[in-house]
Amino acid sequence: MEGIDGSGKTTQLALLAKWLSAAGHPVFMTEWNSSALVKAATKAGKKKNALTPMTFSLLHATDFADRLLYNIIPPLKAGMIVLADRYSYTAFARDAARGVDRRWVRELYSFAAKPDMAVYFRVPIDVSVDRLLARRVKLKFYEAGLDMGWSTNAVESFRMFQGKVLDEYDRLVEEYGLSVVNAIGSITEQQRVFRKLVSQHLEIENHEQLDESA
Amino acid sequence: MNSSTNPPEPTEGSRAGHYYSYGIPYLSIDNYPGKLIAIEGTDGVGRSTQIRLLREWLEIQGYGVIETGWTRSELMQPTIEVAKGSNTLNKLTFVLLYATDFADRLEKEIIPALKAGFIVLSDRYIFTALARAGVRGVDRAWIRNLYGFGIAPHLVFYLRIDEKTLIRRVLQSRGMDYWESGMDLKLGDDIYESFRAYQKALLKEYGSMADEFGFRVLDARRKVEVIQDELRRQIAGFLAEADVPAAVRTE
Repeated sequence: MEGIDGSGKTTQLALLAKWLSAAGHPVFMTEWNSSALVKAATKAGKKKNALTPMTFSLLHATDFADRLLYNIIPPLKAGMIVLADRYSYTAFARDAARGVDRRWVRELYSFAAKPDMAVYFRVPIDVSVDRLLARRVKLKFYEAGLDMGWSTNAVESFRMFQGKVLDEYDRLVEEYGLSVVNAIGSITEQQRVFRKLVSQHLEIENHEQLDESA
Repeated sequence: MNSSTNPPEPTEGSRAGHYYSYGIPYLSIDNYPGKLIAIEGTDGVGRSTQIRLLREWLEIQGYGVIETGWTRSELMQPTIEVAKGSNTLNKLTFVLLYATDFADRLEKEIIPALKAGFIVLSDRYIFTALARAGVRGVDRAWIRNLYGFGIAPHLVFYLRIDEKTLIRRVLQSRGMDYWESGMDLKLGDDIYESFRAYQKALLKEYGSMADEFGFRVLDARRKVEVIQDELRRQIAGFLAEADVPAAVRTE
């Protein structure tokens, strides 16, 4: 699941997980930047605003490698559906927006398992900002791209930085064939589209398996 | 062609002083006056002694010198220590943690020093990471791309010793530890056998990089003063050449 902050992807993912579980599919959730391994460094780095675009990128890749080996590959081997709240595309989009070389990041993540399906929740920057501010969330330093020094105003910086991230995602949609969900509609509407996409995919999977066994 | 804007041609290895590959696009390092000199080698070859002596010698001549090491960044040191203490590190995260550490030092220490015209003496460099990863079977092309943001040193000295000498020196100094014995590779339960196999494989990896990265190989079994003389002779030659203004050089 991909999308910028305020795209609603976490809400959508939770609803999808409910539905899959109810249908009897074993589900495993994993979240971007959540491994214990790099937590201390990321926290310390963020606190002091000491992360550069390169160390930011590499710390996230380390987190990803750790989760791939402990939280992604084992559940896949056990036949579960792994739902990833953000995947390598997040790194491709954010790191490129910070000025890291696009080719370098892509090669960096070449050890990643290719997802069976990647869904991108596309949202205009205004909608994302409105949603975040309505929740009275304080925009975080790195999420708002304040490390880039483009603006000292958090909202303004968020718009500029996430605007660039959106541009990068648009590239990725084409490059990696991400399925796009228009994330402006109501929660229920989006979930309907999302479930349809996923069910098509699961049917195809089942079909393939039947063919193989035939 | 307007040659006055071009940096002087490196004396060897066309990448010296430049990024190895894609580099860091937001940090241009062209025309930086500093020099990067790496001293590589396994444990027990006397790298730190040689660097201490070189620093003294260079400073007497009036060169500003900055030393940097491997895994000493402020950002990553605590995490690496904790990670090495637990056994949850695998070869990928191991490689990536060290690369993060290097990136931090590169941007915060090495590049600013080169910009300011210092001679940076690096006690170990990316070759240590490449050798360790090579022994652990990490994909060669992948790790070379990973370190593509590194700066190719102007000079790389590889202090080489043989397996037997290496083993004795490590045992005499700090002894065998879990990682330096490659115990994560599960080469065997016998720590000495594992240590020997690991160090032997490391030496082979270093050897295989000598041509690829233009190592200047020195026999580290000789006396400290003999090695130091050789280092000084080669560095003096390089600095004399590098100090010649570009315009004077004939093409």
